[in-house]
Formats: sequence, C-alpha cells, structure tokens
Amino acid sequence: MSGTFLGIPPFPDAARSAVEDSQLRHNLRKATRTIRGKRTEAVDELGADWMRLRARGKEVKDHTLRHLDHYLEELERSVQRAGGTVHWAADAEEANTIVTRLVQETGESDVVKVKSMATQEIELNQALERAGITAYETDLAELIVQLGEDLPSHILVPAIHLGRSQIREIFLEQMAEWGTPAPADLTDDPRALAEAARVHLRERFLRTRTAVSGANFAVADSGTLVVLESEGNGRMCLTLPRTLISVVGIEKIVPTWSDLEVFMQLLPRSSTGERMNPYTSTWTGVAPGDGPQEFHLVLLDNGRTDVLADTVGRQALRCIRCSACLNTCPVYERTGGHAYGSVYPGPIGAILTPQLRGMSSAADEALPYASSLCGACYEVCPVAIDIPEVLVHLREEVAEGSGHLGEKALMAGAGAVFGSPTALEAAQRAAGLAGGAVPRHLPGLAGQWTDTRDLPGLPKESFRRWWKRDGRSEG
Amino acid sequence: MSSARDRVLGRVRAALADVPAGEDRRWPREGPEERPYADSHGEGPSLDVLVDRLVDYKATVHRVDAERLPAEVAACLERAGATRVVVPEGAPRAWFEGCPATLLTDSPERPRTLADLNGADAVVTGCAVAIAETGTIVLDAGPDQGRRAITLVPDHHVCVVRADQVVDGVPQAVRLLDPARPLTWISGPSATSDIELNRVEGVHGPRLLEVLVVG
Repeated sequence: MSGTFLGIPPFPDAARSAVEDSQLRHNLRKATRTIRGKRTEAVDELGADWMRLRARGKEVKDHTLRHLDHYLEELERSVQRAGGTVHWAADAEEANTIVTRLVQETGESDVVKVKSMATQEIELNQALERAGITAYETDLAELIVQLGEDLPSHILVPAIHLGRSQIREIFLEQMAEWGTPAPADLTDDPRALAEAARVHLRERFLRTRTAVSGANFAVADSGTLVVLESEGNGRMCLTLPRTLISVVGIEKIVPTWSDLEVFMQLLPRSSTGERMNPYTSTWTGVAPGDGPQEFHLVLLDNGRTDVLADTVGRQALRCIRCSACLNTCPVYERTGGHAYGSVYPGPIGAILTPQLRGMSSAADEALPYASSLCGACYEVCPVAIDIPEVLVHLREEVAEGSGHLGEKALMAGAGAVFGSPTALEAAQRAAGLAGGAVPRHLPGLAGQWTDTRDLPGLPKESFRRWWKRDGRSEG
Repeated sequence: MSSARDRVLGRVRAALADVPAGEDRRWPREGPEERPYADSHGEGPSLDVLVDRLVDYKATVHRVDAERLPAEVAACLERAGATRVVVPEGAPRAWFEGCPATLLTDSPERPRTLADLNGADAVVTGCAVAIAETGTIVLDAGPDQGRRAITLVPDHHVCVVRADQVVDGVPQAVRLLDPARPLTWISGPSATSDIELNRVEGVHGPRLLEVLVVG
C-alpha cells in the first residue's frame, strides 16, 4: 500500500533535502521542460481563441460556484433520473465509509481504480485495506507509485519524480507480488515498460467486477460524468465491471452539457499539451446492456465549503487539475512534489491544501510561502486562477493567526511606529543616520523573518523629511 | 442528526452568504451562435485536417470511395492477419462483402463474453461524429458502433468515418452529441505520457487504430 503524507516535514525542511537530490532534479527538469514545450505549441495553435476560452472557463466555474447549492441539487436529480444512486459525504471519513459499504455489498474484495485525486485526498485505498478490500491502481503512474510504496508527486503524472530505470526496477521487484510478474528481460525502454503494465493488468481488468473512479466533470443538466485519460485503463474500469462507484468533489460541476465544449479544449491542451487526450468517456447513469449496471455517485465536501466561504480563496475551486502550474513553476521544478506534503503539490497545492485542511498545522502554514510570487502559474492557468493573489491572502491569514510569531511581533511594532507621526520621524531619522551600520539579519524572533527576506537599503533621508525640505517647491 | 446531504448543502449556502439572493442564475445567457469563442479555427478543408491530425497521433488512415469500402475493410483485416473479428449487430452488412474473416456479431441483447472479445483479433465499427481539428472520433453506442466493450478489448480497431460525419471544431461536435448515450471520444491509439512525460503509444486500449475515411 502506498503511504500517507502525514508526518512529512513542513515545506522549507522538505524542500532543502529535495533540492540536494540530483537524480530527482534531473528527472524533474527533463519532464517539466518536455511538457512545457508541448503545452505552448498546443495552446498557440488556437491563437487568440485560447484567451477567450480561458475567460469562458473561468466564467463557467465562477457562475457554478456562486450557485453551487442549486447545481448540486440539479445534478442529483439528473443522475437519479438516469438510474444512478447519489450519496453525500461531508468529510473523508464519511466518504470512505460509504465506498467501503458499497463495495462490501457487491460481495467483492478487489476493486480496480481509475486515477482520482479525490480518492487520494481521502486516502480511500488505506480505508479499503482496513476493511480487507484491495484497491488496484490501473493508471501507469499510479501503478508505479503503488508498487513502489511511494507517494504521488504530481497531479497528472504521480511518478514524475522517477526515471525509466527506477521504474524498471520497481516493476521487476514488485509486480509479481501484486499479480502477473514483469518479464525477466524487461528493459527500461518506455515501450517495454508500458507493455509490462498492459500484461500485468489485463487479467485484472477482465475479471474485476467493481471499479472506483473520480471524474473530471459532472454535468448538472444531463447528469453526465466525464473522465479524460490516455491509456485505456479508464475505459476498462468504466466499462467492464458490473458496479461503478465515482467519488467526485462538489466543485467538479458544470451547469450544462454545452459547457464541455470549453473544457474539452482547455484541459487536454493545458494538461498534456495534446489537441485531445486519447480517450474520454462520458456516462449518464446506467445504459442498459452496456457497461456497469449499477452506478453510485459520492459527492464529496471534505473542506471544499470552507474554501468556498473565503471570497478570495474561492477561486481555487475553479481548478480543473491540469497541472500546468506545476510544470511551469520554478520552485516545483527544483523541489518536486513530495516537499509540499500533500496530494495537491505545486502552486495550486500551495493554495488549495492549506484551505482544505484549514491551516491547522505548521506544514499548512508554510505552504503559502512555498512560492516566489513570480506569477508564471497564473499565466498558464486555463481557468485564470490568480494563485499569487491567493498566496498573499493566505500569508496575511498566517500572519494574523497564531502562526508566524516573528512576523506578527514585527508587524505590531511597525503598527505602533506608523501610527504616530513623531515616532515615525524619529525612527526614520535614526535609521537613515545609522546607514550601513544596520545589520542584514535581525537577531532572535525577528531573525526568523529576516532570514528569508532581504532588507532593502536605507535611504539617507526619509521621504517625509525631503518633502518638508524642498519637495513641495518642485510640485 | 441531520443527513450528510443537508449538512453539505447547508454549508454551501452559508459559504455563499455574499451572493445576492436575486442574482441572475440563467445559464448559458446566450445562444450557441453567440458564444464568445470560436466554433472552429479555420485550419483548412475538414477531411484534410482530420487525416493530418489522425496521422499525427499515430492512427493509420485510408481515404476511400464508398464503392471501395468493402474491399478496403477486407484488406485492413487481412494485412493484420485478423481472422476473428467483432462486429456490432447494426453495422451495414455491405461493409463485409467478400470479407474472409469470421464475424462475431455483438449486441446489448446478445453480448459476447469478455473472453470472446479478448480472443478476437479486431473490431470494425462506424462512428457518430469526427472532429477534424483534434483528430477525434466519437462513438455513441449507435447500432453500427455497439457496446463500449467491443471497441476496447480487441487490440485492433477499424473505424469507418463518413465525410458527412466530420465537423471542424469541438463545439460543433458537442452540439451534435446526445449526453444521455454513453460516449467514447478516441484520439489515436491508446498512449501514455507517464514515463518522463514522453508519449508512448500502446497501453490498455487498442494499440492499432485504423480509420477509413469514406468520401
């Protein structure tokens, strides 16, 4: 079983050891450069229409979020009308309990899984394991992570931190324990590795009767669920089993079927840099004689309504999980995904994770600082999430909360000085006279703050003194 | 204790306290022709663009006249050495005139077993819509396409696309499709980018996608 992010040290410590791992940095640099180039080509192909689609994607998601209660109820009715059953889960525990019960009711002890961020977030596999149910990941990268007892490090490609020779070793050592073994003469050619995965999972697909998935989109008016994928493992899971259970975050809704014409252009191009991903499956309830004859939709909150309540942070719920912000982020490229300590790494993770988890730990409070605020993430976001804006907003919350004590003490001091013209003038004169004698780092508590920031050079004369002396005459 | 449904909806409503009660909820607010983005991107004659994009994503493409179609279907299967071929019950019989392979017909009412499908060499179907710009073929489980499983388990998919089924852009296709039907959008053969983000063709879905563009 793959592990948990619990106990991973806060970002600055985790990042320090990550950047010292030269193999990791090599793997990440290679992969993110490849994907950045492909994405640019795929986006440029649409010319000026890209920005219009991006604006529309933002508009669709904003509109949905502002009326989310209405669309949730509409989705529920639509899915029920089409023969599906809808369940609601306020948190991870409720969702895991529902899915475990549904699997137990099928009488099966194995399930196949389509890659899903929501089920990773709630640690469904671990919950199923406690109930004696084995969840088999079928996406190639998820399979690598599961076999290697590793953690995902990227939204789209959870094994991005591993190179081909590392993947070969994992397959050779672990596949036999989970099912069909890897061929003894397996090479590290990606084609050979993909073939080994095909052979390893083939029988599993043909005989497993229950599948668990997430969804990229849930369409309120038609009740349609949508999964985009590449390998065909998604189609296998969504088509061959008798029972399908889909765990879907409440922010995945779009109002109408026609809204998909926007996202089916935005997501593949922004995500894998393809005009279209190889396979997309859409299903509406149950189709008699074709595919699963029992369909359950589990609608998951798990902190999303807390994100929704923050009028600045709310925009993070527009995310369609393309991972372009990870691929373009200079911080992510150097630290990798594990340092973020969450299934949602990178820039989107730095704003989504602390909001979903409620800034309840030192790790969560460190995440809004895991950025240089360069803004590249906002530029590439296909739904125009202003990630830097939310990062700054969350930093303010950390500073105001019980968090960063040094910053709070300094800000309180600054407040006293700026609040009084005489105190300000005295402080500025003293600082200007001190000039180069001011240390670049402050001792004690304040040092925590100055360690990570450059103190700007102090001017000889304050603006206020200059203004008093001759500034007015120049106006 | 209140139900999870009530709690989640209650939390959603509380979180949206800033949204004015009477805010306009109509969506979308304009007709399909007035959407603020393009229907297609004018990249050339539809069939040429479709073929270009299919080839770019490693599908094998043949452009054929309608009268040559049966011969081309037989030739595709023969080249691949396919002797056991799954065929949806509603596929036109004319497609298989002179075809020497054993045809395994399938329908929702008389489905083949998974073992049968796994033992078949190929499947031949039609499609509902094809999108030129993205090289995408959409199946909607219509009579000439059949159950989703039949185009998934065999390793070789031969798909017949008529010229009148081809649209230029994604929005045009979405408008033609019925979401009540199970849909499969196919753009090239099965592939993965999971190893060092390089695209490699051939994982779980059919490794050979052969498209016959008619007309």
